[in-house]
Amino acid sequence: MGFPDRIERTVEVAHAPSKVWAALTTAEGLGAWFGNEASIDLRPGGSAQMKWTEGHTADMRVERVEEPVAFGFTWHIYGLPEEDPRRTYVEFTLEPVGAGTRLTVVETGFAQLPDDAFRTAHDGNTKGWASELGELVAYLDAA
Amino acid sequence: MPPDIEAIAEQVFTALADPTRRAILAALAAGGPATGTDLADRLPITRQAIAKHLALLTEVGLVTAEPGERRRVRYRLRSAPMRMAQQFLAALARDWDGPLAALTEHLDRS
Repeated sequence: MGFPDRIERTVEVAHAPSKVWAALTTAEGLGAWFGNEASIDLRPGGSAQMKWTEGHTADMRVERVEEPVAFGFTWHIYGLPEEDPRRTYVEFTLEPVGAGTRLTVVETGFAQLPDDAFRTAHDGNTKGWASELGELVAYLDAA
Repeated sequence: MPPDIEAIAEQVFTALADPTRRAILAALAAGGPATGTDLADRLPITRQAIAKHLALLTEVGLVTAEPGERRRVRYRLRSAPMRMAQQFLAALARDWDGPLAALTEHLDRS
């Protein structure tokens, strides 16, 4: 099985969980180390966004907020078409170690197969530009 | 994990490993559905070789033959398997090491 579904990293930082928490969950923090600009509505179901100066944007949906222990969100799978509904779940967990923090990030869902993907992967999938252009023609004909 | 994603991704990567098949897939992606004859006109590949590769690509589901009379059959690219392969690449391209290094640096600085 070579398909990685779960990616995990752990780092130990010499700062208290409260400081790490602020860096992960505030617009100021996220905009300083992750994106170039960020906004966040810190509650489960809230939305967050990061922007990079080169034009890329990441839209996140906050899923888990347990200060200062766990912060989770889902986001679009980078590299997949914009309209692809699949999202991965990212969870940061913070564990105090002495005066510092052991921070773990786990991202899961790369190998997920949504209900319709199996079908579209196997059936004759004619969606795409051909059908979109067909719809455009039908729309113009009707107008 | 369903075993099918990996099987599908493998077929895509196998198809892309061959320069002739890559050229055929690229031509279909760039110009849309085409017959074997169209492809033979556009690519420096014999019609026989194109037919052989189109048969293989159809068999693994990367290309689909539109109904039509023989020699006029048009082949079109199927995007769904490509998305499965993209998913695999997305996992490999996911970089947490860079952001975590940036986070550590940010915490040390502030």
